[in-house]
Amino acid sequence: MPELNLTSAPAHLRHGSNIGQPLTRRDGILKVRGQATYAADNHPPGMLFAVMAVSSIARGRVTSLDVTAAKCHPGVVDVMTPDHKPPLAIDPEIKTNPFVFRMEVLQSNEVRYANQPIAVVIAETLEVATEGAVLLAPRYETLPALVGLDAGESFVPPVVGVGNPTENHRGDVEAGLALAEKHIEAVYETPPQYHNAMEPHAIVAAWDGDSLQLDMPTQGLMLSLARVAELFGIAHDKIHIRSPFLGGGFGSKGFMAGPQVLGVMAAKLVRKPVKLVLRREQMYGPVGHRAPTRQRLRIGTDGEGRLTALDHHARTVSSTFDDFYEPAADASRTLYAAPAIRTSHDAVRVNTGTPLFMRAPGEATGSIALESAIDEMAWACGIDPLAFRLKNYAEVEPMTGKPFSSKALRACYEQGAARFGWSKRSLQPRRMRDDSGLLVGWGMGTATFPALMFQAEARAAIRRDGRGAMEIGAHDMGQGAWTALAQIAADAVGLDIDRVEFKAGTSDLPDAGIAGGSAHTATAGAAIHSAGAAVIAKLADLATGDERSPLFGAGNAGVIARDGRLIRRDDESRSESYAEILARAGVAEVEARGTGAPNPAAMEEYAMHAHGAVFAEVKVDPELGQIRVTRMVGAFAAGRIVNPHLVKSQLFGGMIWGMSFALHEEAITDRRSGRIMNANLGEYHIPVNADVPPLDVITVEEHDPHVNALGIKGVGEIGITGSAGAVANAVWHATGVRVRRFPIRIEELLK
Amino acid sequence: MKPFDYVRPATVAEAVAAAAQPGATYLAAGTNLLDLMKGGVSRPDRLVDLTHLEGLDAIERLADGGLRIGALVSNADLAHDPEFAKSYPVVAEALLSGASAQLRNAATVGGNLLQRTRCAYFYDTASRCNKRDAGSGCDARGGENRTHAVLGWSENCIATHPSDFCVPLVALGAIVEIEGKNGRREIALDELHRLPGDTPERDSALEHGDLIVAVRLPPAARGFAAHARYLKVRERTSYAFAMVSAAAALRIENGKISEARLALGGVAAKPWRARAAEDVLRGVAPTADVFQEAAWRALTDAKPSGDNAFKIALARRIVVRALTLAAAGTPARMPALPASPFASTSGAIHA
Repeated sequence: MPELNLTSAPAHLRHGSNIGQPLTRRDGILKVRGQATYAADNHPPGMLFAVMAVSSIARGRVTSLDVTAAKCHPGVVDVMTPDHKPPLAIDPEIKTNPFVFRMEVLQSNEVRYANQPIAVVIAETLEVATEGAVLLAPRYETLPALVGLDAGESFVPPVVGVGNPTENHRGDVEAGLALAEKHIEAVYETPPQYHNAMEPHAIVAAWDGDSLQLDMPTQGLMLSLARVAELFGIAHDKIHIRSPFLGGGFGSKGFMAGPQVLGVMAAKLVRKPVKLVLRREQMYGPVGHRAPTRQRLRIGTDGEGRLTALDHHARTVSSTFDDFYEPAADASRTLYAAPAIRTSHDAVRVNTGTPLFMRAPGEATGSIALESAIDEMAWACGIDPLAFRLKNYAEVEPMTGKPFSSKALRACYEQGAARFGWSKRSLQPRRMRDDSGLLVGWGMGTATFPALMFQAEARAAIRRDGRGAMEIGAHDMGQGAWTALAQIAADAVGLDIDRVEFKAGTSDLPDAGIAGGSAHTATAGAAIHSAGAAVIAKLADLATGDERSPLFGAGNAGVIARDGRLIRRDDESRSESYAEILARAGVAEVEARGTGAPNPAAMEEYAMHAHGAVFAEVKVDPELGQIRVTRMVGAFAAGRIVNPHLVKSQLFGGMIWGMSFALHEEAITDRRSGRIMNANLGEYHIPVNADVPPLDVITVEEHDPHVNALGIKGVGEIGITGSAGAVANAVWHATGVRVRRFPIRIEELLK
Repeated sequence: MKPFDYVRPATVAEAVAAAAQPGATYLAAGTNLLDLMKGGVSRPDRLVDLTHLEGLDAIERLADGGLRIGALVSNADLAHDPEFAKSYPVVAEALLSGASAQLRNAATVGGNLLQRTRCAYFYDTASRCNKRDAGSGCDARGGENRTHAVLGWSENCIATHPSDFCVPLVALGAIVEIEGKNGRREIALDELHRLPGDTPERDSALEHGDLIVAVRLPPAARGFAAHARYLKVRERTSYAFAMVSAAAALRIENGKISEARLALGGVAAKPWRARAAEDVLRGVAPTADVFQEAAWRALTDAKPSGDNAFKIALARRIVVRALTLAAAGTPARMPALPASPFASTSGAIHA
């Protein structure tokens, strides 16, 4: 096969025919008509309903369950407990790889956190199963719960996030601070937060002998499949998972969750299909969350307002039985050009479900602290916050000294500030009022998120009718993968999007990796792109090697694919349709596979990040302390934008989440029991429509030849970063009160 | 769910008879009750569905100038009734600041009065709660209690009543018509909700089986339409309960306040009528100083029940602001963000 030059200037690809178009989501009609089948919409014949009983204590053990009472309730089929459950092939406590988290699947009567599953009632109806779970009336031996950031002896975890070093440093921070003309030291706290996807975790499990059909939302089909395979001791090809639509994931559906495994076990126990759906409050425990943090920042500047040192330390928590550490301080590694930087973490263990990735893990928590601190430092220097950031603009990645693969942050600052009207901002806080006397504040924050790539594979085909097919086990969490990836697929095979059959969302398709790390479009897109190039190359071989073809002798790189035809590059009048090529060759279809993967050489050479600048206006009632965000402008540079319409929606969502981080979201934990007291969407506040101001998103042109073949950086998470800090800084600018505990509460502004 | 009987009486008499047995409870829209049942907080044996009763969904102008609101009138229908909103704007504003549009469409007048506290420890069945389980204790004391009561609480209970609607109603002297096993009676709304004392398990003065059939506004309530506002500070713009709220209604004649009505929400186990403050306001010009004085009087007896001392300061400021807004005059149109401190912000989208 002739060599294909895919990495820089793909011969056949014409961006703009499909990629770059603001298509509306192709699954939208299905969704508004209620025809999109989510996991819990499946009802195989004979299906039973499973409901979890969960622990009301945070630490101790279950001493009794009234299984008899539950079983006597009419319609209850069985009750699964630690003493009565199907065996698993391996101990669920064993971490077989770093992406396996410990889960509670009734392996013991120990309770490690509140809302931990302690039994499962299986019944003919949901109502009966629900009441059966109540009738279990668990009794406990209760131990004092470990709660909060000071729950016990702190320790330094071996790694944070996904294998990041706990500590990083460059230069001498203490010397830099000693040298500083001005310095600040401030401590910020962020609360525990829960993903709260609109669709709760759910599973419909149906065994047929040793084959298993699963309907469940997942951001990682193959990771989930592999986990099920090892837990139940069955071959991969015996498992089929369907996950065509997710009602949000945000990181909480990346891995097989304990409750989903319980659904599979329940189906095995009763030998019938079983559906298990979490109640909203049951999502506050066994399916991950964002851990609380306490972050100390020390920053110094010289007489010109240039950073001399940046020290960012984060305290966080993990569970008593597993390890995930919110890498909050890492946000300071990449953003500002300080000659001396240190980032470090420590942690305590508490009685909580293990924290997990939650949209922008580390970046979101770290960004609100860092952007607040930079704002405080700018004020201490008497410099406008934007001018201060420009003064300390990092031309190379500060911690590593690597050049950026691309960085259009300056353009983000310029375009965002211009759109917002930033130049009219008063330097002093509490100086701006609107006509009705409300305090007005303007704040900004820098957004950043790494441009990651994982591994993926795709299969492409060109068929004799001239149509194409692309298959990849990709995941649509609501972000629009059905549309954006199909756009990439269409360009990859040189066809209009409506002439490509695009398949995704099931585990029998090529592995698309995980939809996380804002890397799914880049990763799956790269695989699609490469599969498309490979299938076109095969088609070109058929044509260019056949003397009956007008393309004979052009060579593989001598043709381009467009609108279902191969066209001679040096003479566009000579072309042939896919259908003609295949018909003459007597071939029903040609197919090929392609992969997407990170490029280690490029990663070694370049620092790869998306960037952005967010500007926020808040109004604050001067006496009552109530805050309202009235305007937000975000300018983001994230490489190639595959679908500007969907990307804007992603960025809107992120900006709203950032505003939520600054002003609303908090899981309130009872300091004595360790129970979460607002485990519902009535009391766990997120912004409602009436809270969300007009949002303005600018996507800043950025060409990146290094991140991947398509130059995509990803937009899933960056929107939160920068936004949370911008809102917090705007509240300070409005009021002159610097609140360092998030979310910002009314009482802080009444003082 | 726990199995329960469901009965659907056709008349009020049948309903009262059906609810006489222990464990029976009335169901109207169920916007609170169904949540309580799902959470195991309330486990009735029998639901008496009122939604098919005839004659309880009317808004009637009475011969004496008063108004009678049937218990099954929805919150939305009442708030959007043009005549009602014009005559009792403070009540309409309070209604529109409560819950969400969807909930207001369903929720009834009678149900709103009888909604239970939103204290998290009441909802969490693993917590001790004297209101849910008499004598068990109160885990809200010493717990997460920054939103709890600052007036009228006891060591046994620091919960608040969450209604917005009831706050202006109690200010305007509303009367509740009740049908019980001994026939019809009526009480002032101010006497319907009880302070906790030693018996926080009893939310109200109703006896088992009592049915609220109507709420009446006396003729005098109409006299405040020109100067009446509801103000609600909350943690987001809509779909949140009040941290503190206030209803202020003034009759201003010849530059002086001839009569004032003031009530607070979110501060006690009942909508809190501030009569001492009303007395201060009577017969004086509406000035910032006198509003301050009224605010101090309204909160004289307030004390924190936990991490909520700020609510006392906040309540004073809300009283001053609500009185100031009322004195300035009821706006001709309902603000886009009813009861919000941002009500006048242009460009606001309706909550």
